[in-house]
Amino acid sequence: MKVAITSQGKDLAAPVDERFGRCRYFIIADTESGSFTALENAGAMASGGAGIQAAQALADRGVEAVITGYMGPKAMQTLQAAGIKVYAGASGSVGEALAMFKEGKLGLIDRANVNAHFGMR
Amino acid sequence: MRVAIASGKGGTGKTTIAVNLAKTLAEDGPVRFLDCDVEEPNAHLFLRPTFQERKGVALLVPQIDAEKCTGCGLCSRVCAFHALAVVGGKVITFPELCHGCGGCSLFCPTGAIHEIPKKIGVVENGLAGKISFSHGRLEVGSALVPPLIKAVKKQVHADRIVILDAPPGTSCPVVATVAGCDYCLLVTEPTPFGRHDLDLAVGMARELGIPCGVVLNRAGDGDEIIEDYCAREGLPLLLKIPFDRRYAACYAAGNLLVEEFPSWQEVFKDLWREIERRAGA
Ligand code: SF4
Ligand code: SF4
Repeated sequence: MKVAITSQGKDLAAPVDERFGRCRYFIIADTESGSFTALENAGAMASGGAGIQAAQALADRGVEAVITGYMGPKAMQTLQAAGIKVYAGASGSVGEALAMFKEGKLGLIDRANVNAHFGMR
Repeated sequence: MRVAIASGKGGTGKTTIAVNLAKTLAEDGPVRFLDCDVEEPNAHLFLRPTFQERKGVALLVPQIDAEKCTGCGLCSRVCAFHALAVVGGKVITFPELCHGCGGCSLFCPTGAIHEIPKKIGVVENGLAGKISFSHGRLEVGSALVPPLIKAVKKQVHADRIVILDAPPGTSCPVVATVAGCDYCLLVTEPTPFGRHDLDLAVGMARELGIPCGVVLNRAGDGDEIIEDYCAREGLPLLLKIPFDRRYAACYAAGNLLVEEFPSWQEVFKDLWREIERRAGA
Protein backbone atom coordinates (compact mmCIF):
# COMPACT_ATOMS: atom_id res chain seq x y z
CA MET A 1 0.00 0.00 0.00
CA LYS A 2 1.27 3.45 -0.95
CA VAL A 3 1.03 5.97 1.91
CA ALA A 4 1.91 9.68 1.78
CA ILE A 5 3.06 11.44 4.97
CA THR A 6 3.30 15.23 5.11
CA SER A 7 6.86 16.05 6.10
CA GLN A 8 9.19 18.93 6.85
CA GLY A 9 12.15 17.06 5.33
CA LYS A 10 13.13 14.45 2.79
CA ASP A 11 13.50 11.31 4.92
CA LEU A 12 11.87 9.24 7.66
CA ALA A 13 13.75 11.08 10.43
CA ALA A 14 12.22 14.43 9.47
CA PRO A 15 9.40 15.82 11.60
CA VAL A 16 5.84 15.46 10.33
CA ASP A 17 4.50 18.69 8.80
CA GLU A 18 1.06 19.10 10.29
CA ARG A 19 -0.24 21.10 7.35
CA PHE A 20 -1.47 19.17 4.36
CA GLY A 21 -1.68 21.61 1.42
CA ARG A 22 1.31 23.65 2.54
CA CYS A 23 3.67 20.98 3.81
CA ARG A 24 7.19 21.11 2.37
CA TYR A 25 7.47 17.47 1.28
CA PHE A 26 5.43 14.32 0.97
CA ILE A 27 7.19 11.12 1.91
CA ILE A 28 5.56 8.44 -0.21
CA ALA A 29 6.17 5.11 1.48
CA ASP A 30 5.40 1.59 0.32
CA THR A 31 4.22 -0.32 3.40
CA GLU A 32 5.02 -3.73 1.89
CA SER A 33 8.57 -3.16 0.64
CA GLY A 34 9.52 -0.44 3.14
CA SER A 35 10.91 1.77 0.36
CA PHE A 36 10.13 5.48 0.22
CA THR A 37 10.57 8.56 -1.96
CA ALA A 38 10.30 12.25 -1.16
CA LEU A 39 8.07 14.48 -3.28
CA GLU A 40 8.48 18.22 -3.01
CA ASN A 41 5.10 19.92 -2.56
CA ALA A 42 4.82 22.27 -5.52
CA GLY A 43 1.86 24.04 -3.94
CA ALA A 44 3.53 24.92 -0.63
CA MET A 45 3.75 28.56 -1.64
CA ALA A 46 0.59 28.75 -3.77
CA SER A 47 -1.77 31.59 -2.95
CA GLY A 48 -4.86 29.41 -3.06
CA GLY A 49 -5.98 25.90 -3.85
CA ALA A 50 -2.79 24.35 -2.43
CA GLY A 51 -4.67 21.46 -0.84
CA ILE A 52 -6.45 20.64 -4.10
CA GLN A 53 -3.19 20.71 -6.03
CA ALA A 54 -1.49 18.47 -3.46
CA ALA A 55 -4.39 16.02 -3.42
CA GLN A 56 -4.31 15.87 -7.21
CA ALA A 57 -0.56 15.17 -7.23
CA LEU A 58 -0.94 12.31 -4.73
CA ALA A 59 -3.89 10.81 -6.62
CA ASP A 60 -1.82 10.91 -9.84
CA ARG A 61 0.89 8.88 -8.08
CA GLY A 62 -1.48 6.15 -6.97
CA VAL A 63 -1.33 6.99 -3.26
CA GLU A 64 -4.00 5.15 -1.25
CA ALA A 65 -3.70 6.81 2.18
CA VAL A 66 -2.53 10.14 3.53
CA ILE A 67 -1.11 10.77 7.01
CA THR A 68 -1.10 14.36 8.20
CA GLY A 69 -2.03 16.71 11.05
CA TYR A 70 -4.76 18.89 9.65
CA MET A 71 -6.91 18.65 6.55
CA GLY A 72 -8.99 21.42 4.96
CA PRO A 73 -12.36 20.96 3.25
CA LYS A 74 -11.34 21.24 -0.41
CA ALA A 75 -8.38 18.89 -0.09
CA MET A 76 -10.62 16.43 1.76
CA GLN A 77 -13.22 16.55 -0.99
CA THR A 78 -10.57 15.91 -3.65
CA LEU A 79 -8.94 13.03 -1.77
CA GLN A 80 -12.29 11.43 -1.10
CA ALA A 81 -13.23 11.62 -4.77
CA ALA A 82 -9.95 9.84 -5.49
CA GLY A 83 -10.77 7.18 -2.88
CA ILE A 84 -7.75 8.12 -0.75
CA LYS A 85 -8.12 7.56 2.99
CA VAL A 86 -7.02 10.29 5.40
CA TYR A 87 -5.42 9.69 8.80
CA ALA A 88 -5.01 12.81 10.91
CA GLY A 89 -3.41 13.79 14.19
CA ALA A 90 0.08 12.59 13.31
CA SER A 91 3.05 14.15 15.09
CA GLY A 92 6.69 13.29 15.85
CA SER A 93 8.90 12.02 13.02
CA VAL A 94 7.68 10.64 9.72
CA GLY A 95 9.02 7.20 10.67
CA GLU A 96 7.13 7.27 13.98
CA ALA A 97 3.92 8.34 12.26
CA LEU A 98 4.30 5.53 9.78
CA ALA A 99 4.82 3.01 12.59
CA MET A 100 1.72 4.30 14.37
CA PHE A 101 -0.23 3.98 11.15
CA LYS A 102 0.85 0.36 10.71
CA GLU A 103 -0.18 -0.41 14.30
CA GLY A 104 -3.59 1.11 13.62
CA LYS A 105 -3.05 3.92 16.13
CA LEU A 106 -3.96 6.83 13.86
CA GLY A 107 -7.56 7.95 13.48
CA LEU A 108 -9.27 7.75 10.10
CA ILE A 109 -11.15 10.98 9.36
CA ASP A 110 -13.87 11.56 6.79
CA ARG A 111 -14.33 15.27 7.36
CA ALA A 112 -12.07 18.34 7.29
CA ASN A 113 -10.63 19.15 10.71
CA VAL A 114 -9.56 22.70 9.88
CA ASN A 115 -10.93 25.64 7.89
CA ALA A 116 -9.83 26.68 4.41
CA HIS A 117 -6.59 28.71 4.18
CA PHE A 118 -5.09 27.07 7.24
CA GLY A 119 -1.32 27.27 7.18
CA MET A 120 -1.18 30.27 4.86
CA ARG A 121 1.73 32.50 5.69
CA MET B 1 -7.11 61.92 -15.02
CA ARG B 2 -7.44 58.94 -12.71
CA VAL B 3 -6.18 59.21 -9.17
CA ALA B 4 -6.20 56.32 -6.72
CA ILE B 5 -6.17 56.94 -2.98
CA ALA B 6 -4.48 54.03 -1.26
CA SER B 7 -2.80 53.15 1.99
CA GLY B 8 -0.73 50.22 3.15
CA LYS B 9 -3.17 49.47 5.94
CA GLY B 10 -6.68 50.27 7.05
CA GLY B 11 -7.71 53.12 9.34
CA THR B 12 -5.32 55.79 8.10
CA GLY B 13 -8.03 58.12 6.82
CA LYS B 14 -7.81 57.08 3.18
CA THR B 15 -11.54 57.40 2.60
CA THR B 16 -11.54 60.84 4.29
CA ILE B 17 -9.01 62.10 1.76
CA ALA B 18 -10.84 60.52 -1.17
CA VAL B 19 -14.31 61.87 -0.35
CA ASN B 20 -13.12 65.35 0.58
CA LEU B 21 -11.05 65.61 -2.59
CA ALA B 22 -14.00 64.47 -4.71
CA LYS B 23 -16.39 66.87 -2.99
CA THR B 24 -14.03 69.82 -3.49
CA LEU B 25 -13.45 69.06 -7.17
CA ALA B 26 -17.18 68.64 -7.76
CA GLU B 27 -17.58 72.36 -6.99
CA ASP B 28 -15.97 73.07 -10.37
CA GLY B 29 -17.30 70.24 -12.53
CA PRO B 30 -18.35 66.63 -12.79
CA VAL B 31 -16.33 63.99 -10.93
CA ARG B 32 -16.54 60.21 -11.03
CA PHE B 33 -15.98 58.48 -7.69
CA LEU B 34 -15.28 54.74 -7.49
CA ASP B 35 -15.25 53.04 -4.11
CA CYS B 36 -13.16 49.98 -4.92
CA ASP B 37 -13.20 48.57 -1.39
CA VAL B 38 -15.83 46.02 -2.38
CA GLU B 39 -15.42 44.05 0.84
CA GLU B 40 -16.26 47.00 3.06
CA PRO B 41 -17.51 49.93 1.01
CA ASN B 42 -18.01 53.03 3.18
CA ALA B 43 -17.53 56.12 0.97
CA HIS B 44 -21.31 56.26 0.35
CA LEU B 45 -21.77 57.01 4.06
CA PHE B 46 -20.00 60.34 3.49
CA LEU B 47 -21.05 61.28 -0.05
CA ARG B 48 -24.61 59.94 0.40
CA PRO B 49 -25.45 59.29 -3.23
CA THR B 50 -28.92 58.38 -4.46
CA PHE B 51 -28.54 55.05 -6.19
CA GLN B 52 -30.32 54.65 -9.51
CA GLU B 53 -28.89 51.47 -10.88
CA ARG B 54 -27.92 48.08 -9.55
CA LYS B 55 -26.19 45.52 -11.74
CA GLY B 56 -25.30 41.94 -10.90
CA VAL B 57 -21.73 40.92 -11.72
CA ALA B 58 -21.18 37.32 -12.73
CA LEU B 59 -18.19 35.27 -13.70
CA LEU B 60 -18.32 32.38 -16.17
CA VAL B 61 -17.34 29.20 -14.35
CA PRO B 62 -16.98 25.72 -15.82
CA GLN B 63 -19.64 23.06 -15.75
CA ILE B 64 -18.58 19.57 -16.78
CA ASP B 65 -20.59 17.32 -19.06
CA ALA B 66 -19.75 13.92 -17.56
CA GLU B 67 -20.89 12.14 -20.74
CA LYS B 68 -18.27 13.86 -22.87
CA CYS B 69 -15.44 14.01 -20.31
CA THR B 70 -12.72 11.39 -20.74
CA GLY B 71 -10.91 12.30 -17.50
CA CYS B 72 -7.77 13.28 -19.41
CA GLY B 73 -6.84 15.84 -16.73
CA LEU B 74 -5.86 18.63 -19.11
CA CYS B 75 -8.31 21.14 -17.60
CA SER B 76 -6.84 20.76 -14.13
CA ARG B 77 -3.33 21.25 -15.50
CA VAL B 78 -4.17 24.48 -17.35
CA CYS B 79 -6.06 26.02 -14.42
CA ALA B 80 -3.65 28.30 -12.56
CA PHE B 81 -6.08 28.67 -9.68
CA HIS B 82 -6.60 24.97 -8.89
CA ALA B 83 -10.32 25.37 -9.37
CA LEU B 84 -10.49 21.96 -11.04
CA ALA B 85 -9.15 18.59 -9.95
CA VAL B 86 -9.32 15.39 -11.96
CA VAL B 87 -9.13 12.30 -9.80
CA GLY B 88 -10.31 8.78 -10.50
CA GLY B 89 -11.27 9.82 -14.02
CA LYS B 90 -13.70 12.48 -12.80
CA VAL B 91 -13.57 16.26 -12.62
CA ILE B 92 -14.34 18.08 -9.38
CA THR B 93 -14.90 21.83 -9.66
CA PHE B 94 -14.35 24.48 -7.00
CA PRO B 95 -16.28 27.44 -8.44
CA GLU B 96 -15.27 29.66 -5.50
CA LEU B 97 -11.65 29.49 -6.69
CA CYS B 98 -12.43 30.03 -10.39
CA HIS B 99 -11.35 33.38 -11.88
CA GLY B 100 -13.41 32.90 -15.02
CA CYS B 101 -10.44 32.97 -17.41
CA GLY B 102 -12.02 30.44 -19.76
CA GLY B 103 -8.79 28.48 -20.14
CA CYS B 104 -10.21 25.10 -19.22
CA SER B 105 -13.04 25.14 -21.74
CA LEU B 106 -10.66 26.37 -24.41
CA PHE B 107 -8.30 23.45 -23.87
CA CYS B 108 -10.74 20.62 -23.19
CA PRO B 109 -10.20 18.26 -26.15
CA THR B 110 -13.71 16.80 -26.06
CA GLY B 111 -15.80 19.94 -25.55
CA ALA B 112 -17.01 18.66 -22.19
CA ILE B 113 -16.81 22.05 -20.49
CA HIS B 114 -19.61 24.61 -20.69
CA GLU B 115 -19.47 27.96 -18.98
CA ILE B 116 -22.24 29.02 -16.66
CA PRO B 117 -22.57 32.38 -14.88
CA LYS B 118 -21.93 32.54 -11.15
CA LYS B 119 -22.82 35.72 -9.28
CA ILE B 120 -19.90 37.32 -7.42
CA GLY B 121 -21.46 40.65 -6.41
CA VAL B 122 -23.25 43.80 -7.53
CA VAL B 123 -22.23 47.21 -8.80
CA GLU B 124 -24.37 50.16 -7.71
CA ASN B 125 -24.39 53.50 -9.52
CA GLY B 126 -25.80 56.75 -8.23
CA LEU B 127 -25.44 60.50 -8.03
CA ALA B 128 -24.29 62.76 -5.19
CA GLY B 129 -24.60 66.27 -6.58
CA LYS B 130 -22.07 66.51 -9.41
CA ILE B 131 -20.39 63.31 -8.31
CA SER B 132 -21.21 60.17 -10.28
CA PHE B 133 -20.78 57.52 -7.66
CA SER B 134 -20.12 53.79 -8.13
CA HIS B 135 -19.24 51.04 -5.76
CA GLY B 136 -19.33 47.27 -5.61
CA ARG B 137 -20.56 44.87 -3.02
CA LEU B 138 -19.14 41.41 -2.86
CA GLU B 139 -21.56 38.51 -2.62
CA VAL B 140 -21.27 36.91 0.82
CA GLY B 141 -18.92 33.94 0.58
CA SER B 142 -17.25 35.06 -2.65
CA ALA B 143 -13.52 35.63 -2.53
CA LEU B 144 -13.29 37.05 -6.03
CA VAL B 145 -12.45 40.61 -5.19
CA PRO B 146 -10.34 41.67 -8.22
CA PRO B 147 -12.95 40.75 -10.87
CA LEU B 148 -15.59 42.78 -9.02
CA ILE B 149 -13.21 45.75 -8.74
CA LYS B 150 -12.67 45.54 -12.50
CA ALA B 151 -16.46 45.66 -12.93
CA VAL B 152 -16.60 48.80 -10.76
CA LYS B 153 -13.83 50.39 -12.86
CA LYS B 154 -15.82 49.71 -16.04
CA GLN B 155 -18.38 52.29 -14.86
CA VAL B 156 -16.00 55.01 -16.02
CA HIS B 157 -17.03 56.48 -19.36
CA ALA B 158 -15.86 59.83 -20.66
CA ASP B 159 -15.17 61.18 -17.19
CA ARG B 160 -12.42 63.76 -16.99
CA ILE B 161 -11.73 63.30 -13.30
CA VAL B 162 -11.90 59.92 -11.62
CA ILE B 163 -11.15 59.37 -7.93
CA LEU B 164 -10.67 55.77 -6.86
CA ASP B 165 -10.84 54.82 -3.19
CA ALA B 166 -8.68 51.68 -2.96
CA PRO B 167 -9.11 48.86 -0.46
CA PRO B 168 -6.53 48.85 2.37
CA GLY B 169 -3.33 46.86 2.04
CA THR B 170 -1.06 46.07 -0.88
CA SER B 171 -2.47 42.77 -2.19
CA CYS B 172 -4.27 41.87 -5.45
CA PRO B 173 -7.39 43.99 -4.79
CA VAL B 174 -5.24 47.10 -4.36
CA VAL B 175 -3.22 46.33 -7.47
CA ALA B 176 -6.50 45.82 -9.38
CA THR B 177 -7.58 49.30 -8.26
CA VAL B 178 -4.36 51.22 -8.75
CA ALA B 179 -3.35 49.66 -12.09
CA GLY B 180 -3.96 52.03 -14.98
CA CYS B 181 -4.23 55.14 -12.81
CA ASP B 182 -2.27 58.32 -13.55
CA TYR B 183 -1.34 59.02 -9.97
CA CYS B 184 -1.53 57.35 -6.59
CA LEU B 185 -1.95 59.19 -3.29
CA LEU B 186 -0.68 57.20 -0.34
CA VAL B 187 -2.20 58.06 3.01
CA THR B 188 -0.26 57.29 6.17
CA GLU B 189 0.21 58.35 9.79
CA PRO B 190 3.29 59.31 11.80
CA THR B 191 4.03 55.96 13.46
CA PRO B 192 6.53 53.15 12.77
CA PHE B 193 3.63 51.01 11.50
CA GLY B 194 2.55 53.84 9.27
CA ARG B 195 6.03 54.05 7.78
CA HIS B 196 6.31 50.30 7.34
CA ASP B 197 3.00 50.02 5.50
CA LEU B 198 3.77 53.14 3.48
CA ASP B 199 6.99 51.51 2.35
CA LEU B 200 5.05 48.46 1.09
CA ALA B 201 2.57 50.69 -0.72
CA VAL B 202 5.37 52.71 -2.34
CA GLY B 203 6.94 49.46 -3.53
CA MET B 204 3.65 48.45 -5.11
CA ALA B 205 3.14 51.79 -6.88
CA ARG B 206 6.70 51.71 -8.22
CA GLU B 207 6.24 48.15 -9.41
CA LEU B 208 3.21 49.34 -11.38
CA GLY B 209 5.13 52.37 -12.67
CA ILE B 210 2.64 54.84 -11.21
CA PRO B 211 3.92 58.12 -9.73
CA CYS B 212 2.91 58.60 -6.12
CA GLY B 213 2.84 61.19 -3.36
CA VAL B 214 2.17 61.04 0.36
CA VAL B 215 -0.55 62.48 2.57
CA LEU B 216 0.26 62.46 6.27
CA ASN B 217 -2.87 62.19 8.39
CA ARG B 218 -3.12 62.75 12.17
CA ALA B 219 0.09 64.70 11.94
CA GLY B 220 1.61 66.44 14.97
CA ASP B 221 3.84 64.23 17.06
CA GLY B 222 6.75 62.40 15.49
CA ASP B 223 6.12 63.53 11.91
CA GLU B 224 9.87 63.16 11.22
CA ILE B 225 9.44 59.41 10.84
CA ILE B 226 7.45 59.99 7.64
CA GLU B 227 9.27 63.20 6.60
CA ASP B 228 12.65 61.45 6.76
CA TYR B 229 11.30 58.46 4.88
CA CYS B 230 9.90 60.69 2.11
CA ALA B 231 13.14 62.64 1.83
CA ARG B 232 15.20 59.47 1.60
CA GLU B 233 12.91 57.92 -1.00
CA GLY B 234 12.52 61.13 -3.01
CA LEU B 235 8.77 61.13 -2.45
CA PRO B 236 6.75 64.36 -2.28
CA LEU B 237 4.89 64.92 0.98
CA LEU B 238 1.89 66.70 -0.50
CA LEU B 239 -0.33 67.32 2.47
CA LYS B 240 -0.38 67.12 6.26
CA ILE B 241 -3.64 66.97 8.16
CA PRO B 242 -3.00 67.69 11.84
CA PHE B 243 -4.57 65.54 14.50
CA ASP B 244 -7.63 67.35 15.82
CA ARG B 245 -10.49 66.02 17.90
CA ARG B 246 -12.97 68.08 15.90
CA TYR B 247 -11.89 66.32 12.68
CA ALA B 248 -12.26 62.91 14.29
CA ALA B 249 -15.76 63.83 15.47
CA CYS B 250 -16.63 65.09 12.00
CA TYR B 251 -15.54 61.76 10.51
CA ALA B 252 -17.39 59.74 13.15
CA ALA B 253 -20.59 61.62 12.33
CA GLY B 254 -20.18 60.75 8.65
CA ASN B 255 -19.60 64.38 7.69
CA LEU B 256 -17.17 65.97 5.29
CA LEU B 257 -14.24 68.07 6.46
CA VAL B 258 -14.62 70.50 3.55
CA GLU B 259 -18.25 71.14 4.52
CA GLU B 260 -17.79 71.51 8.27
CA PHE B 261 -14.52 73.42 7.92
CA PRO B 262 -14.72 75.21 4.54
CA SER B 263 -11.16 76.51 4.82
CA TRP B 264 -10.06 72.99 3.87
CA GLN B 265 -11.48 73.43 0.38
CA GLU B 266 -8.53 75.56 -0.71
CA VAL B 267 -6.16 72.97 0.73
CA PHE B 268 -7.74 70.17 -1.29
CA LYS B 269 -7.74 72.38 -4.41
CA ASP B 270 -4.01 72.93 -3.96
CA LEU B 271 -3.54 69.22 -3.46
CA TRP B 272 -5.30 68.54 -6.75
CA ARG B 273 -3.22 71.14 -8.64
CA GLU B 274 -0.09 69.53 -7.28
CA ILE B 275 -1.29 66.05 -8.34
CA GLU B 276 -2.10 67.30 -11.85
CA ARG B 277 1.30 68.92 -12.15
CA ARG B 278 3.13 65.80 -11.00
CA ALA B 279 1.08 63.30 -12.96
CA GLY B 280 1.65 65.32 -16.11
CA ALA B 281 5.39 65.55 -15.51
S1 SF4 C 1 -12.20 29.27 -16.17
FE1 SF4 C 1 -9.99 29.52 -15.76
S2 SF4 C 1 -9.93 29.79 -13.53
FE2 SF4 C 1 -11.93 28.93 -13.97
S3 SF4 C 1 -11.65 26.73 -13.76
FE3 SF4 C 1 -11.33 27.23 -15.93
S4 SF4 C 1 -9.11 27.50 -16.13
FE4 SF4 C 1 -9.61 27.60 -13.94
S1 SF4 D 1 -10.04 18.53 -20.22
FE1 SF4 D 1 -12.16 17.98 -20.73
S2 SF4 D 1 -12.08 15.78 -21.09
FE2 SF4 D 1 -10.19 16.31 -20.05
S3 SF4 D 1 -10.67 15.97 -17.87
FE3 SF4 D 1 -11.09 18.11 -18.28
S4 SF4 D 1 -13.26 18.15 -18.80
FE4 SF4 D 1 -12.63 16.04 -18.95
